[in-house]
Amino acid sequence: MADVELRNITKSFDKDIGLEKVSLKINDGEFVVLLGPTGAGKTTTLRLIAGLEKPDSGEIWIDGRNVVNDSPAQRDVAMVFQQYSLYPHLTVRENLEFPLKSPILKTPVDVMKRKVNDVAEVLRISHKLDNKATELSGGEMQRVSMGRALVRNPRIYLMDEPLSSLDAKLRSELRIELKRIQAELGATILYVTHDQIEAMTMATQIGVLNNGRLEQFGPPREIYENPSSQYVATRLGSPRINTLPVSIFGGAPAGSALIGLRPEHIHIGSGQDCQVTRIEHLGDQIRLHLRLAGHNIITLTDTHTSIKVGDVIAIQPNNPIFFDANGSRVV
Amino acid sequence: MSFSVNEPSNRQKWGAGILVISYAIITLLPLLWIIATGFKSPADSISYPPKVLFEPSLEGYVNLFTTQTRASEETFEALGDPTTWYDEIVRKKGMVIVGPSRFSERFLNSVIIGFGSTFFAIVLGTAAAYAFSRFRVPLKDDLLFFILSTRMMPPIAVAIPIFLMFRQLGLSDTHAGMILLYTGVNLSLAVWLINGFIDEIPIEYEEAALIDGYTRFQAFYKVVLPQAATGIASTAIFCLIFAWNEYAFAVLLTSGNAQTAPPFIPTIIGVGGFDWPAMAAGATIFLLPVMVFTILLRKHLLSGITFGAVRK
Ligand SMILES: Nc1ncnc2c1ncn2[C@@H]1O[C@H](COP(=O)(O)OP(=O)(O)OP(=O)(O)O)[C@@H](O)[C@H]1O
Ligand SMILES: [Mg+2]
Repeated sequence: MADVELRNITKSFDKDIGLEKVSLKINDGEFVVLLGPTGAGKTTTLRLIAGLEKPDSGEIWIDGRNVVNDSPAQRDVAMVFQQYSLYPHLTVRENLEFPLKSPILKTPVDVMKRKVNDVAEVLRISHKLDNKATELSGGEMQRVSMGRALVRNPRIYLMDEPLSSLDAKLRSELRIELKRIQAELGATILYVTHDQIEAMTMATQIGVLNNGRLEQFGPPREIYENPSSQYVATRLGSPRINTLPVSIFGGAPAGSALIGLRPEHIHIGSGQDCQVTRIEHLGDQIRLHLRLAGHNIITLTDTHTSIKVGDVIAIQPNNPIFFDANGSRVV
Repeated sequence: MSFSVNEPSNRQKWGAGILVISYAIITLLPLLWIIATGFKSPADSISYPPKVLFEPSLEGYVNLFTTQTRASEETFEALGDPTTWYDEIVRKKGMVIVGPSRFSERFLNSVIIGFGSTFFAIVLGTAAAYAFSRFRVPLKDDLLFFILSTRMMPPIAVAIPIFLMFRQLGLSDTHAGMILLYTGVNLSLAVWLINGFIDEIPIEYEEAALIDGYTRFQAFYKVVLPQAATGIASTAIFCLIFAWNEYAFAVLLTSGNAQTAPPFIPTIIGVGGFDWPAMAAGATIFLLPVMVFTILLRKHLLSGITFGAVRK
């Protein structure tokens, strides 16, 4: 395991910008999650680190060495691809053994057997070991892809949405399992996901990418509580942060155009009157949909509320964050 | 009635079955006729109306593999009784065997040239196709078109320049020359077909292998090749069939040394007219290698020939 650092990486494709001046540092043993919409450059970041793409400019350091000119094999990283990486002509077991049999590792047979069985156990695919890789469900294939990485002990694991096609239960189980493995091995992981629960629960650091730029990089709590832009603020939190013109509540700092209110940052009882348009009971919480001066707002309330649809309630901001007209944070 | 995309109804199955069987009968009949003719006596082979039931004879095969001459009574007496079954067959006609015919030699030439050129076309074609599919080759589309364009006229259209070139280079009537020629003709087919098959294999497979510590060649060998095997096998069959059956160049460029079976078989002339059973016997034996090769590869062929549509 090792430190990995990107310094000012720029990568463009024929006409698309893949990444623009991205710098980020992943310390040994960290679990870094990359968040971002589709096309943001998440996969490109992983491929650059793996050595499958060459940056137009910038440096990639692994373990204190600039590896930009190294081959993928020399970099000693493991990658879980977003799609297709199981060899269809091999069985599940052969797929898991494949990385261990490489000319670099040349693992002895008994060690290989043990590792494969261990990983299969963790990923709950032991009963499928002798199936052809094509005879698996999408979720099973994803677990085997993950297994192909986990049998190794590389300097960094790169995982591209490895849990995306699993059902909620298995996903949350494997999330915990992965976190446990990471803690146990002290593994360094760079993990791509769209799922903010995965991001919040597993990450020690989160990087938010948008349009090839790294918008913010920091611990999950900081990203959530202290987003650097409106875009970052909307990436995390469910229901999403409410953004309204500052004029509605007043009292905004100079230069701000928008006020951002997380659902839990709305105080009910005093302030502006608004109408309750819908109530969603989610068991552990109740979501109130409000209408205020032509804007929709979502907030939360406790489970034994007496508020009904049609009621008029008063709300006011509690700990709001402000953005300027371009969506940048105003402090 | 339910409708399923991949499960035909009973009526469709019957209809398709009858069609396939009739087609098989139509295409197999001439083949059966040739095989049967090989076992007829010369008289039976040209009798009219044609004989479906006949007394089998190995005369055709014996004539195919031997050269014979008419002998006088004295010679027969000097030779004594026939020592082998084929001697006996020949003597009944009043002839004696004076030696083997050139058929085995021609047949061996066909095997060497057919399989040799198929081997080179496949090896070179796979290498070129892999490069076209995976690397950024400058002018890739133009090059591919150029390669295909070599097949746009019948190869025999360039027979004369090739004949002159071969004569100049000393390649006329040599195995190397014929292998070179057939490899050249087959290469465009091989590059195009295999390029298509390799294009279909997602590049992520190789990338995964590269990351796992394999070199590019190992990734090609362990990951791409097994998955392209189906397509490569069917391409090999196409190449072999062309090289095996090629007649025009073989007539033009080979004679004593490197002649293949196709120009040789029609030259089998018996006593007093064409020896049809011997020719049929030659044709039958000539069919065997391609048939065996195809049967050996048929598992691959069936899936490869659909060109990826249902490849799994
Ligand atoms: N090989 C390529 N050739 C051309 N453009 C590419 C290539 N790979 C990526 N891109 C472009 O680079 C941008 C970033 O792509 P990338 O695959 O990194 O997105 P992503 O964040 O992983 O998205 P997703 O969540 O959909 O997987 C996109 O605009 C994409 O079109
Ligand atoms: Mg991606």
